[in-house]
Amino acid sequence: MSNLIQGATGAWEIVIGLEVHAQVSSNAKLFSGAATAFGAEPNTQVSTVDAGFPGMLPVINRYCVEQAVKTGLGLKAKINLTSVFDRKNYFYADLPNGYQISQYKDPIVGEGRLLLDMPDGSTREIGITRLHLEQDAGKSMHDQHPNLTFVDLNRAGVALMEIVSEPDLRSAEEAALYLTKLRTVLRYLGTCDGNMEEGSMRADVNVSVRKPGQPFGTRCEIKNVNSIRFVRAAVEYEARRQIDIIEDGGVIHQETRLFDSGKGVTRSMRSKEDAHDYRYFPDPDLLPLVLDAAWVEGLKAGLPELPDEKKARLVADYGIKPYDAGVLVAEREPADFFEAVARGRDSRLAASWIMGDYFAMLNRLGKSVTDSPVSAQALGELIDLIADDTISGRIAKEVFEAMVETGKAPAAIVEEKGLRQVTDTGAIETAIDEVLARNQDKVAEYRSGKDKLFGFFVGQVMKATQGKANPAAVNDILKAKLQG
Amino acid sequence: MASDLTKLGIAEARAGLAAREFSAVELTTAFIGAIEAARGLNAYITETPDLALEQAARSDARIAAGTAGPLEGLPIGVKDLFCTKGVLTTAASHILDGFTPTYESTVTANLWRDGAVLLGKLNMDEFAMGGSNENSYYGPVVNPWRRDGDSAALVPGGSSGGSAAAVAADLCVAATGTDTGGSIRQPASFTGTVGIKPTYGRCSRFGIVAFASSLEQAGPMTKSVRDAAILLGSMAGHDPHDSTSVPLPVPDYAAALTGDLRGRKIGIPKEYRIDGLSPEIAAWWERGTAWARDAGAEIVEISLPHAQYALPAYYIVAPAEASSNLARYDGVRFGLRVPGKDLTEMYENTRGEGFGKEVRRRILIGTYVLSAGYYDAYYTRAQKLRRLIAGDFERAFETVDAVLAPTAPSAAYAGGEKADPIAMYLGDVFTVTANLAGLPAMSVPAGLSSEGLPLGLQVIGRPFDEAGVLNVGYALERAAGFSAKPAAWWRG
Repeated sequence: MSNLIQGATGAWEIVIGLEVHAQVSSNAKLFSGAATAFGAEPNTQVSTVDAGFPGMLPVINRYCVEQAVKTGLGLKAKINLTSVFDRKNYFYADLPNGYQISQYKDPIVGEGRLLLDMPDGSTREIGITRLHLEQDAGKSMHDQHPNLTFVDLNRAGVALMEIVSEPDLRSAEEAALYLTKLRTVLRYLGTCDGNMEEGSMRADVNVSVRKPGQPFGTRCEIKNVNSIRFVRAAVEYEARRQIDIIEDGGVIHQETRLFDSGKGVTRSMRSKEDAHDYRYFPDPDLLPLVLDAAWVEGLKAGLPELPDEKKARLVADYGIKPYDAGVLVAEREPADFFEAVARGRDSRLAASWIMGDYFAMLNRLGKSVTDSPVSAQALGELIDLIADDTISGRIAKEVFEAMVETGKAPAAIVEEKGLRQVTDTGAIETAIDEVLARNQDKVAEYRSGKDKLFGFFVGQVMKATQGKANPAAVNDILKAKLQG
Repeated sequence: MASDLTKLGIAEARAGLAAREFSAVELTTAFIGAIEAARGLNAYITETPDLALEQAARSDARIAAGTAGPLEGLPIGVKDLFCTKGVLTTAASHILDGFTPTYESTVTANLWRDGAVLLGKLNMDEFAMGGSNENSYYGPVVNPWRRDGDSAALVPGGSSGGSAAAVAADLCVAATGTDTGGSIRQPASFTGTVGIKPTYGRCSRFGIVAFASSLEQAGPMTKSVRDAAILLGSMAGHDPHDSTSVPLPVPDYAAALTGDLRGRKIGIPKEYRIDGLSPEIAAWWERGTAWARDAGAEIVEISLPHAQYALPAYYIVAPAEASSNLARYDGVRFGLRVPGKDLTEMYENTRGEGFGKEVRRRILIGTYVLSAGYYDAYYTRAQKLRRLIAGDFERAFETVDAVLAPTAPSAAYAGGEKADPIAMYLGDVFTVTANLAGLPAMSVPAGLSSEGLPLGLQVIGRPFDEAGVLNVGYALERAAGFSAKPAAWWRG
């Protein structure tokens, strides 16, 4: 698969690096005990520490540290046993201290990696540069009053993990896959809920273009893109914009840009010339964060099975296709559901049912695995009925629809509706004989070489038996009789 | 009667209260009267007489009930850098106009826990920046001391100038101060009082308006070494709200005061004999050395080779931290707001009007030394120097138990005399080393200068050995027999 895009002067390659801000799932802020619930009334979740009142001091929330370390372990990254909190100094109405406590030179997590599940079933490794902890700022609202800005400090001090990738991504599609996979890993770990619409995850997208084999071009950073769809759109627009400039004889200036989701374009926010000098220095209110190696090992031992490992195990243990396994593990619940259905059964049949009719039904009803009208046990029982020839695969679809509608057990539906499969060869023979007798002309055609008519006879027999005839038996007997 | 009670320090007042010679309300009333009579000294920014009398009445009830705390009924002044719940807290800055905290600093909370009474909030240099107390938005504090035969007003030192003046003029039994580069010790020296800066981490910084976080500590300012020991015992202790506070038990400092220095080695740093050190200061240093020897100590000459770099290192680190710590005063959430046509202009107007000249100077220095391109040349080198200075002391303390030096290079001087900021900064030359190294250090009055002004001697100790430092101070105090008091001219 080629990611190159064509310009007037030939093919171009897009180079993308992502900085994802992931809100740590925790009940309290990074340096204060204030709550972090989403959607609270403005300024109701603010302590005097978050509001930067005189004399207030930060105290690190141990649970947030634990969440960051778990995330680092989930990204197969180096955990730095000593890290340092720095102050990043700048003025903004929603930054109460006039600085943000962040990690700069010595982050808590070093280099790691993330595997992308490519559409062709292969995987591709993307480097993680670092993960560091920092406080979020508050929110300025400019649309509440004609000439005043309102400030909501509910988010001020909320713990964020900034996860920085290497510039390893080469297309908008890969950027989208990266975000999807990162969100999956964070959700498996329970360290970030990944709700981009609630602002729990947002991405700064660094984009540059180059001719293949050339050094990296000058990059532009697109700030705070808040959905995977917008990341894709932003990359596509920005790459095309840069190519057009270069091909028109211009040069790209390093700058920070915004993505206008309404118009689907990126816009300049500030140039490098007036880029901020943040005057980082170690926060004197906080000692270096020193972790105990045994504690980190303990967290590692307690990690849940992560999507890559789960995918590999599903392929190995259940013999399903890597692509199917990849789809199933994209979230934890479908994978668990699959295992509950497949355990002790025909696992490929289970996979094809889940990925086919079952997912289609969820989509149609707008439901998820957790509030599905069909339980794993019920679906398993349906598959059992197929496996022991009580019903055919076709009848099973009818039974499944009835299960969705009524919530009844599949066996009860089969009995009620009299859908039990006819395996009695005598009855099938009778049905076949009647069909052949009614269609003497077609029998002759078949016998003169028109093999394709076999399907027609099968259809007629199934129709005559209301679909209840065992298809294998129908095949065998029909073949024998047609051969005469 | 009232004037007699105000002469009491912690130990005597506590004894008098315990013996029912007077009540806490009577004691407090005496100080309230003294404060009213001394407004010309400008030692207090905010007086809290009603609160003090209420607290004193409760103290009397507890004393009667036999549940008195270690500081029960003792009227104390608090530097206006400590946040006090429900009481105006200004850091002597215009920018904190009307700021009344909803919370209490840990140090003052400890004092109220132990029964102390709040007389009011003491004047200081704005945001604790200064060595003369001339930088207060509320006007300079006047030193109760005057030169012999001269009525010129002198500075009390700074930044804890109001605390020092209040203790010296008997406007409280004792006061709290903070010391970032000498702000307890130098004013103690200028006013004939005792002050100790404990080891960094010994007292919580929670609720103290921050100036230079990695350097500053709260400490007592008192009329005697024993009082300092008692007050420090209440102020100190681990606080989970301050990550740099140290989880160590607090010893009984008063119990450590024997004045016996036998078996102790006292180091005399040769580098402190700086060019131009006044012969008078040198002579008192010599005398202090002799007193320590007389108390049984062995005197050892030591070297602190990097001490000469302490002042420049300090005046890089402290402004750097200050520039960041003071960024929160932006007119958005509390204190002064001066409108502007947009957010940036509002910031500029508020900060331009709200901060005094010295504070603005240090913010600019701090912003400069941290900025891209200058960081390594200034901040990184200053931090390296800081480690070297701390290393000097570590090596010295392999040999000696304490270091003896002058507190300040001069006695108190007249207001406006040191208009050049560099000349003012030189006043910290002997004190900043202890802040850079985080060590406990105190100033004890040694005697009077030829002009009749107090001069102090400084004792620097090992980390968390406040008890040892206080005991050396106690030996010096006994030998010096310093009992002079300023003439109470301010009562008119």
